[in-house]
Amino acid sequence: MRYQREGSQAIAQAVALCRPEVMACYPISPQTHIVEALSRMVKAGEIGSCQFLNVESEFAALSVLIGASAMGARAYTATTSQGLLFMAEAVYNAAGLGLPIVMTIANRALSAPINIWNDHSDSMALRDAGWIQLFAEDGQEAADLHIQAFRLAEELSCPVMVCVDGYILTHAYEPVDLPSQTEVDAYLPPYEPVFVLDPADPISIGAMVGPEAYPEVRYLAHHKHLRALDMIPRLQQEFATSIGRTSGGLLHSYRTEEAHTIVVALGSVNGTIKEAVDELRAEGMAVGAVKLCAYRPFPSQALRHAVEQAERVIVVEKDLSVGKGGIVSSEVKMALHGLPTVVDTVIAGLGGRAITQASLVRMIKAACEEGLEEPHFLDLNWEVVNNELARQQETRRSGSTPENVLREVGPFGVRVQ
Amino acid sequence: MNRKPFAITLDPDSSLANHTGSWRTMRPEYHDHLPPCNHACPAGENIQRWLYEAEEGKYEAAWRQIMEDNPLPAVHGRVCYHPCESACNRGQLDEAVNIHAVERFLGDEAIRQGWTVAPGAPTGKRVLVVGAGPSGLSAAYHLARFGHQVTIYEAGPQPGGMLRFGIPQYRLPRKILDAEIARILSMGVHLVLNRKVEDLEHDIQAGRFDATFLAIGAHLSKRIEIPGRDAGRILDALSFLKSVSSGEPPKLGRRVAIYGGGNTALDAARTAQRLGAEEAILIYRRDRAHMPAHESEVEEALEEGILTRWLRTIKHIEDSTLTVEEMVLDDQGKPQPTGRFETLEADTVILALGQEVDTSFLRKVPGLEISADGVIQVDETLMTGRPGVFAGGDMVPAERTVTVATGHGKKAARHIDAYLRGTRYVKPPSNPLATFDRLNTWYYTDADQSKQPLLALARRRESFDEVVGGLTEETALLEARRCLSCGTCFECDNCYGMCPDNAIIKRGPGQGYIIDYDYCKGCGLCAEECPCGAIDMVNERR
Amino acid sequence: MVTQRIKFYQTGTFTVGNRLLDEASRTVQSRMDRTNSLDSGHRACQGCGEALGARYALDAAMRAAQNQLVAVNATGCLEVFSSPYPESAWRIPWLHSLFGNAPAVASGVAAALRAKGRTDIRVIAQGGDGATVDIGFGCLSGMFERNDDVLYICYDNEAYMNTGVQRSGSTPPHAWTNTTQAVGPSPGNPPGVGKNLPRLAMAHGIPYVATASVADLHDLEAKVMKATPLRGARYIHIHVPCPLGWKADPAHTIKVARLAVESGLFPLFEAEYGQVTSRTPIRKQVPVERYLELQGRFAHLFGDPPNREAIASIQAIADANIQFFGLCESQKVSS
Ligand SMILES: Cc1cc2nc3c(=O)[nH]c(=O)nc-3n(C[C@H](O)[C@H](O)[C@H](O)COP(=O)(O)OP(=O)(O)OC[C@H]3O[C@@H](n4cnc5c(N)ncnc54)[C@H](O)[C@@H]3O)c2cc1C
Ligand SMILES: Cc1ncc(C[n+]2csc(CCOP(=O)(O)OP(=O)(O)O)c2C)c(N)n1
Ligand code: SF4
Ligand code: SF4
Ligand SMILES: [Mg+2]
Repeated sequence: MRYQREGSQAIAQAVALCRPEVMACYPISPQTHIVEALSRMVKAGEIGSCQFLNVESEFAALSVLIGASAMGARAYTATTSQGLLFMAEAVYNAAGLGLPIVMTIANRALSAPINIWNDHSDSMALRDAGWIQLFAEDGQEAADLHIQAFRLAEELSCPVMVCVDGYILTHAYEPVDLPSQTEVDAYLPPYEPVFVLDPADPISIGAMVGPEAYPEVRYLAHHKHLRALDMIPRLQQEFATSIGRTSGGLLHSYRTEEAHTIVVALGSVNGTIKEAVDELRAEGMAVGAVKLCAYRPFPSQALRHAVEQAERVIVVEKDLSVGKGGIVSSEVKMALHGLPTVVDTVIAGLGGRAITQASLVRMIKAACEEGLEEPHFLDLNWEVVNNELARQQETRRSGSTPENVLREVGPFGVRVQ
Repeated sequence: MNRKPFAITLDPDSSLANHTGSWRTMRPEYHDHLPPCNHACPAGENIQRWLYEAEEGKYEAAWRQIMEDNPLPAVHGRVCYHPCESACNRGQLDEAVNIHAVERFLGDEAIRQGWTVAPGAPTGKRVLVVGAGPSGLSAAYHLARFGHQVTIYEAGPQPGGMLRFGIPQYRLPRKILDAEIARILSMGVHLVLNRKVEDLEHDIQAGRFDATFLAIGAHLSKRIEIPGRDAGRILDALSFLKSVSSGEPPKLGRRVAIYGGGNTALDAARTAQRLGAEEAILIYRRDRAHMPAHESEVEEALEEGILTRWLRTIKHIEDSTLTVEEMVLDDQGKPQPTGRFETLEADTVILALGQEVDTSFLRKVPGLEISADGVIQVDETLMTGRPGVFAGGDMVPAERTVTVATGHGKKAARHIDAYLRGTRYVKPPSNPLATFDRLNTWYYTDADQSKQPLLALARRRESFDEVVGGLTEETALLEARRCLSCGTCFECDNCYGMCPDNAIIKRGPGQGYIIDYDYCKGCGLCAEECPCGAIDMVNERR
Repeated sequence: MVTQRIKFYQTGTFTVGNRLLDEASRTVQSRMDRTNSLDSGHRACQGCGEALGARYALDAAMRAAQNQLVAVNATGCLEVFSSPYPESAWRIPWLHSLFGNAPAVASGVAAALRAKGRTDIRVIAQGGDGATVDIGFGCLSGMFERNDDVLYICYDNEAYMNTGVQRSGSTPPHAWTNTTQAVGPSPGNPPGVGKNLPRLAMAHGIPYVATASVADLHDLEAKVMKATPLRGARYIHIHVPCPLGWKADPAHTIKVARLAVESGLFPLFEAEYGQVTSRTPIRKQVPVERYLELQGRFAHLFGDPPNREAIASIQAIADANIQFFGLCESQKVSS
């Protein structure tokens, strides 16, 4: 039924429809509403015999799911930011063991400085862990992706992160339609593990593997992702057929026909990007957009195909590889290797800095007219930066940069235009 | 291979492909060691083994194990000086296993139950045994088990030798002795009483014997010259004890002095007291510590009120007055006169100064060699200089005990059997000794020795009832279970349980264990934790 | 103490087996049909106490659980020596995830079983002292606090052995490790209050806590058999000498463990819901030197002159344990 609901509630309800058996959660903003809702549903007996464990850390949360999944249970958790880093060791481990856990990441910036607002630094930090990473554009897609995620995870025996922009999606009220339980049951069969802890068939899981087999094991993990490249569109298709929405898939193109410039981005910012595209198209600029839904596996082929004809690709990304620049853009460049396409990197929205339509339009125009420095930092307050750099020049020990910056801009000084 | 994910999942037990035995530099091996009790037993009993059976309550099996070596367990359980117990490793832990008490229980149980031993298949060979003391009886028994036809010529009116005419009834009830002798005779051993052998060659010829075992003991009492000795009433201990045993006790008077420090002296003193002597006083030229008598017997005698005069020699006897000289012991423990004298009163003096072998009739036997001290020389097979004639017991050079005599009987029987079959008996080499330091005594339960009850003192002084009582089944069982099973695996499962590599295979009750050298890493835990020291670590040969 | 000490049976209950006892009173380890949960071919060092302790504990648990058992293992020697590709020594369903998360992984297994309504399968988590008292302590405490249906077994060899003998929160005072070397003015592990995990476990008020030693199999098995069928969080801390890390003769593994118990340095007890309910009396108290002198990690205490002060301080720990738990028979300990 389609009605207005908070993104977190939509996600929680979608997860509940997937009949999870074990959930272990640790609160962290902006994931809290999801786990609160789920804990209520479990306690109220609305998710069958599902177990909800209030654990002592995110590391424990994912560890609990590793055990539960190995015991053959459908397992779910949600986290973000510090929580994701705190569980990092287990994140790699769950993937290495091929356990089909589904985890929502309510994307949020990383400390220090501590910041609870949205960007993609957290997911990016663990992009190589072996998990499939799907990014949702809006509340509806966030909900739908969870249903697809369980199916994908279990068919591949590989964990899946559904990345949802913190606050922007988790706390926004949008009209969201959810499939019925029957529809979900038809789409998502009960979990049948490839291997399981079973006294009747006692295998050892989690062996130590030396140089003689480790590369092969890693390749096989990679190969799962290659299979996912085929499977993701197929599951999207099935979902569309049975449930009637085209959520998911590897990527979505928006007005890319004849576009000389295509903006590529992950997550909710695509909404704003589409509006910027519309504005520029209205002005006669041949601009389009591609939303990457699957970030891992990275849909290089699909992307190349989608942007082939463009002269310029602008990657707008909510992360920063410090000392390098863009993370997504690097991968886009690799995907377009051999093409004459110019690829720009735009670092935007770090720590929740708003990405406005106006800024995007200004930036796209600038890119098309005079090109962008690489990387380009969208709406960076250069005055603050330059003052601090000058101060640092004077005294080698100038104190903590975050504090100095805060002093400069004042509290809640996120000045947006 | 499984269909499960490569390398991340493994099949159970697949490590069996990894043979960790190659790590080993030392290898454990099960080696039984000779328990000190077995080693010390003059009859060669496998004590540890029969205790093992007894521990499980398998008394008949235990008894049969004794009977492999010794046909007189009820007798030995009473009169043997049990050198096994002196050697018993448990003595270093708390107190030795009361081996003889368990042996006696088993012997008595056999008499109660009427257990018997079958003779061997007849060989048609005839063996003459001269003398029905413990040595002769033992030889007869073992020869019968070999299937030989045995005839015993015994000079006395009853069989048993010193067991009957030396050892008093309060130490060895005659019904016990009779029962054990009867059991031997029931194996087809032919006993001829009142048949003193005087012309051995003739008897061998006449009886068409293929071999002979001489076991005539040492029956001639040693004598010494004491001035004025005719003056008092003087007896020798052997004839005194013999007459008592035959039911014709001599008159002793009120005060009896016994001269000597051996077991015979003690038996004579205690017998005299039981016959009504008010004072039985032991006169010995050395002190208590130097008495050859067995400690427990001295103990019992003193309890019963036997008086003592240590460090005295009798110098003169006049009527009932004895003049004795005080002695001192020199550095070698030899008594030396002091020149100080005293007198005591005694109505009878009993001399218990040792015995000699009556070799008179043997001097005629060709080839037989008699040493200066009057004992018969034998080779290591107990054969005398006369081929086919063997000898053992008190009459050959050895310690003079019932058990040595019994052991000689067995040993002679084995050699006679081999001799009769034209071969040689070779004793299998014995295992190295299971010394105390090989044991891991932590594992054994603390347990006090089970004591045998003693007859009330008042009854002891005036009757010939048996002084020392037997163990009950319960106490015998507990006592058997005190055995440490020195050097001999008793299936405690320590090795099986404690191997970190599961490299020990348990074969089941009574079957022991084997080591799986495919996996044994040679850590040595099993050997270290074996309570009884039955595992050796030896260098790996590679 | 939970085991009935049998007297007058030659070795009583002190040996692994005893042919004189009835079947029921014999140990699981003495049985020909024991599981051998951790089987031959594993790569533990010669005389490894941890390998032995693990088989002891798991075989007993298997028996108590009628073979319906799942084990989760922390990273450490036990994990590494038992499961290097391509060979596993486990005969039970076994899962290794990480160094510090075994309790949580086990909680997850238990939760899955609850979700599936499988009450028959019992869950064990196990790890070394490092995994337990240090890196995994957060997860362990959480597992205790939630009273998850897991029996956690710590194999305490008093250091990080798998990484080559470094200090853990369970390393005893004065002991040499590669990160507390026997050099400088106070060689070895600095004396401190240490981390007494059994007592920390008790503080959680969980249904069952016990200590055990590879040197007392009967006691160990009885505790594991008792703990296995109980519901809720349970903890057993097993003392397992490591010949490598303790610089001891591999043949002395049991002996060293026994001396730890008999000296009072490793008290054996049980606690239920935070209260000590039983203690295993010391059979023959020995001075701590007997224990220390067998181990090279304490060799610097026995130099010329010996470090009497340090030895006395270790003796004081033993004495305090004996006093606290009432470990000497003469002290009239109940049960
Ligand atoms: C008083 C006393 C107490 C003792 N107490 C103990 C004790 O407690 N424990 C212990 O171990 N030892 C004891 N001994 C020693 C022990 O009795 C002897 O060592 C043992 O009996 C020797 O056995 P044997 O068979 O060699 O000789 P004997 O027992 O002396 O038997 C020899 C037999 O041969 C017979 N015989 C002799 N000559 C002839 C012949 N020509 N023809 C036919 N038959 C003949 C004799 O009549 C006799 O029956 C004691 C000895 C004495 C005297
Ligand atoms: C997070 C993490 N830190 C460190 C290690 C390295 N490491 C592996 S095993 C181990 C020591 C294990 O010690 P313990 O738990 O006592 O087990 P033991 O090997 O002594 O049996 C360490 C430090 C690791 N695997 N993971
Ligand atoms: S303990 Fe047993 S085997 Fe050892 S010496 Fe004593 S009786 Fe013989
Ligand atoms: S280092 Fe220690 S704990 Fe590890 S396998 Fe060797 S003996 Fe066992
Ligand atoms: Mg350790």
